Amino acid sequence: MSRIVVHGLEKNYGDARVLERVNVTAEAGEFLSLVGASGCGKSTFLRILLGQEQQSSGVVIVGDGPIVPEPTPQRGIVFQRYSVFPHLTAIQNLLLVEDFRSGGPFGRVFGARRRKVRQEAEAMLERVGLAHARDLYPASLSGGMQQRLAIAQTLLGRPQILLLDEPFGALDPGIRVEMHDLLTELWTEHGMTVVMVTHDIGEAFKLGTRVLVFDKVRHDPQFPSAYGATITYDLKLDRKTRASSHHLAKVAAMVGTTRPDTAMATTAS
Amino acid sequence: MLAKGMSARDEASATGGEGITRPSRPKPRVRLRMINTKVSRGGALFLGGLPFLFVAIAYLIASAQRLAVNPSDKLLPSPPQMWSAFLDLATVPDKRSGDLILWVDTYASLLRLFAGVGVATFAALSLGIAIGFIPRVRAFLLPFVTVVCVIPPLALLPILFIALGLGETAKITLIALGVAPVMVRDIANRVMELPSELVAKAQTLGGNSWTMILRLVLPQIMPRLITCVRLALGPAWLFLIAAEAIASTEGLGYRIFLVRRYLSMDVILPYVAWITLLAVITDWLLVRLSQAMSPWAHPVEAR
Ligand SMILES: Nc1ncnc2c1ncn2[C@@H]1O[C@H](COP(=O)(O)OP(=O)(O)OP(=O)(O)O)[C@@H](O)[C@H]1O
Ligand SMILES: [Mg+2]
Repeated sequence: MSRIVVHGLEKNYGDARVLERVNVTAEAGEFLSLVGASGCGKSTFLRILLGQEQQSSGVVIVGDGPIVPEPTPQRGIVFQRYSVFPHLTAIQNLLLVEDFRSGGPFGRVFGARRRKVRQEAEAMLERVGLAHARDLYPASLSGGMQQRLAIAQTLLGRPQILLLDEPFGALDPGIRVEMHDLLTELWTEHGMTVVMVTHDIGEAFKLGTRVLVFDKVRHDPQFPSAYGATITYDLKLDRKTRASSHHLAKVAAMVGTTRPDTAMATTAS
Repeated sequence: MLAKGMSARDEASATGGEGITRPSRPKPRVRLRMINTKVSRGGALFLGGLPFLFVAIAYLIASAQRLAVNPSDKLLPSPPQMWSAFLDLATVPDKRSGDLILWVDTYASLLRLFAGVGVATFAALSLGIAIGFIPRVRAFLLPFVTVVCVIPPLALLPILFIALGLGETAKITLIALGVAPVMVRDIANRVMELPSELVAKAQTLGGNSWTMILRLVLPQIMPRLITCVRLALGPAWLFLIAAEAIASTEGLGYRIFLVRRYLSMDVILPYVAWITLLAVITDWLLVRLSQAMSPWAHPVEAR
């Protein structure tokens, strides 16, 4: 029901090719971690899976058929930035989910229904540690708090496919581990397919069932944007590979950002 | 490098310890860059009041000088003269019609102004959102609105008087036509500038075009709409007074142009001050309205 099949995907912006020859199949319930150098097109790939942008060529199948070329409730997203609605307080941001889903032409649920939804929303706020910030606007929340709110909001939408663009980038290590636990918990609970972009290789290994590395394989020195990035490494994670410092070091070397020793520490936490 | 730094510090602490030659300390008050200096509340009040005071004093001196030369001079009347003329208009019924002229004028003008600006605001809201949010409407209307924006509204005035007669409709239409196109364009731009992430996110939560307008676009542009109205009120007063000057039987602009024939500066000046006061109050009310409607857009300033 929520498989993702990508075949021969290519994405160009004008003359610049960002992605090329991307092939990947994710079964329902898989957790893909996407890593790769900055600017190599990971967010672009997510936007295509979301339906916010369309591929230049190639096939993207989500669920049973070709992807609908617009965002739908089937796919939830947590963006790198602008992740929550600035005109709503924390609790209102969560209430909005049900308002949009079943609020009818007013975009709002009323009465007993609203009371029930409010209880759910408050429980969710509690769960992400934002109960004290219930009535604050996002402008007065820290970056990490906004990100937690965004994750809570997206999860309340119960998407079959969850797309996460560096969701924990702005969080401090303690909260980050808590959010890892929360995400793992919800993922086992709902069994949605997750695609998560991250710069933290340790996080990629800790949470994912698969790690995908995006990188350029072809280079044209005269015209650097002639070729795009593709998936250069696809590692299925099981007990053994997850704990293997060899694989971790290999991926870290490919991405060339995180030092393997700090990454190892994250995986262990 | 390190050793040198340490020895220097040792020396300083040594001399300090003996308390003989303490190096003269820099003054604790730091000179900030001009752009970083803060103004206290009282200071702001004082500075803000200065230009008003300056103009008032300059007027008083000039007026006193002229009146000293010629006591029946009409050009720069003294404050008591203006006040009595203003009070007459506000409290003494007109001999011919029996009306209290100031209030009749004010009522007529404000009615026209708010009707015109109200129509324009409604157009800005509905057309602006439609143009900004729905690509098909944008393709259909944006070029037209862009062209209408550059027509000088006052050039339309004769057309409006010919087509709609000299009544209220023509005046209200002039105000609405004068300010609406710019407002529509501004709101449309604002809607187009909404982060596409927010629109995408709303769709993943199940919003459709209509509920997204209600729950996302409308609240997001509300502060801008109010700012738009505040900016539009300037031109709106201009069009109002122009229309009243040409064809009217009452109104603030009509009165000013009527008494101009008799060089009645003692009426014109208070009327201008009165219009200014009305405009300032309207603006203040709109700011309060924005704060009440969109508290998220007016974060509390840290003290
Ligand atoms: N709308 C656009 N128009 C033109 N070029 C774009 C557009 N969006 C992205 N790009 C280009 O595509 C490339 C990939 O961008 P993308 O945001 O997907 O990178 P990323 O892998 O997510 O990077 P980061 O890890 O820094 O978030 C960049 O070189 C960027 O310049
Ligand atoms: Mg990115």
